[in-house]
Amino acid sequence: MATPALLIEGLTKDYAVGFRRRPHRALDGLTLRIEPGEVFGFLGPNGAGKTTTLKLLMQLIYPTAGRAEILGRPIGDIGARRRLGYLAENPSFYDYLTAEEMLTYFAQLFGYQLPERRQRVSDLLDRVGIGQERRFQLRKLSKGMVQRFGIAQALVNDPEILFLDEPMSGLDPLGRRDVRALILELREQGRTIFFSSHILSDAEAVCGRVAVLAGGRLVAQGRLTDLREFSARGWELVVANLSPDALERVRPRTARVTPISAGRYGLELPPDSAPDAFLAELVAAGASIVSLNPLRETLEDFFVERVTRAASDARH
Amino acid sequence: MRVIRHVAVNVFRESVRDRVPYTLLLFAVLLIAASRVLAQLTAGQDVKIVKDLGLAAIAAFGLFIAVFLGVGLVSKEVERRSIYAILAKPVSRAQFIAGKYAGLVLTLFVNVMVMTGALYLVLAWLMATATPAERASWDAPAMDPEMLGAVLMIFIELMLVTAIALFFSAFTSPLLSAACTFGLYVIGHFTGELRDFDTLTDSRAVGWLTRGLYHLLPDFSAFDVKLQVVHGIHVPAGYLATTAAYGFAYVAALILGGTYIFTRRDLK
Repeated sequence: MATPALLIEGLTKDYAVGFRRRPHRALDGLTLRIEPGEVFGFLGPNGAGKTTTLKLLMQLIYPTAGRAEILGRPIGDIGARRRLGYLAENPSFYDYLTAEEMLTYFAQLFGYQLPERRQRVSDLLDRVGIGQERRFQLRKLSKGMVQRFGIAQALVNDPEILFLDEPMSGLDPLGRRDVRALILELREQGRTIFFSSHILSDAEAVCGRVAVLAGGRLVAQGRLTDLREFSARGWELVVANLSPDALERVRPRTARVTPISAGRYGLELPPDSAPDAFLAELVAAGASIVSLNPLRETLEDFFVERVTRAASDARH
Repeated sequence: MRVIRHVAVNVFRESVRDRVPYTLLLFAVLLIAASRVLAQLTAGQDVKIVKDLGLAAIAAFGLFIAVFLGVGLVSKEVERRSIYAILAKPVSRAQFIAGKYAGLVLTLFVNVMVMTGALYLVLAWLMATATPAERASWDAPAMDPEMLGAVLMIFIELMLVTAIALFFSAFTSPLLSAACTFGLYVIGHFTGELRDFDTLTDSRAVGWLTRGLYHLLPDFSAFDVKLQVVHGIHVPAGYLATTAAYGFAYVAALILGGTYIFTRRDLK
């Protein structure tokens, strides 16, 4: 079996909290295996333990129990760090350095020499869309630009594996689209990407597999489409130019009909309906299809359900 | 060494753009203004006063830079989380601490050199405008090279203050680090009293305690040779070398201690 890109076994972290230093378990026995070339989504609500996991993998904090390997080497190994990139949640850098100087500094830490270093820095700043601002001090950049800079510094060593903690945070829709495109591009290049998010749509757009954390525990993992909790619980269809006769014909097969404006309706279809045949029938009746979207349980619903279930199990 | 050098150069660059230039400017203005006024008010003592004031100002402004930049060297990086991106690179925590320390020492070195240069400039101006009778009344020449010995001692003292600030910065908040560093600095100027305290007490335990503290706490008074230099009293090279070695040994112990603590703590 090939060496996994990331192997986590029973990783546990307790923090001492409060005046009496009571232990609080932020991460409880996490076990994961991620193969090379995977884009892996690490999902969970705030406080689920995602950032704790990433900090443990970067050895910014030390585990209470368990172990992990990155590219076959134990976490903290300097050799492994040469081959990884990391973007922290809400990253922060030196205020008084320019984007170019700061990225040059990071490139120097990897031992890049001129002229390759200069070229790499320039290309990366252009690639993440802040090439025009390369001579701006970092304190003068917007939050979204700092996030883009954070992505650039994570890529400075051309890493084999990337750890991104909430990479879409602080980005506008254009920025989110760019980051998704970048992740897909990196996937095409065969890199492994482990990214945390609390937004399901981010994961859906780019991830092969996901793991879901709640309360420090792994509550689900697998392909998003295979996870029962995230399978479509129906379809939401928006149609225009739908005649009253046609509407009455299809109404019995819908779960709900919501009028939007004249001839325009929102139709909710049950999960076992066949949307293809339904759409064909509507088009034949002269209607125009505006949109069709799967209705899924949101990540938030999932968390609430799982956390409630865990609490209920604990009581019994 | 390459990594330490890059971290150090970066600390220097960040420090220079931060607040250090303003301290330098303030120092230069104060020094020049004071020397002009004092040259008019005092008869024949102007060189001595300018030297005294100048060396004291180098020590004081150096202390300001060492403490206020030193206490934030590590703790501010942890608070702001700027350390995360650095430690995820091939940089060990020991290299990070060593680089941070070297960078601030480099900043201090440049500052002390600029301030010393300004002091010598003012002294050169006084020498150029003094009459032969005034020059004859001076204890030591205006451009006395012995002053460099005093400056060296100030610099090593500042290295020690920086190491103390960095040590506390490795595990406490900037405010607490500043309080502890200032506290040690003040106590360190009175360790002679601790050494002789057993002659004032009948309690052997208190005597041992004060003796122990005397050996444990840094003796900052050993670095103070300003008075001798200002009055033209020669400071032997052997004394300077021994005191410098004492300072370096203390610095090494503090850096090692700070690194030991820092490599074991969680960066939350």
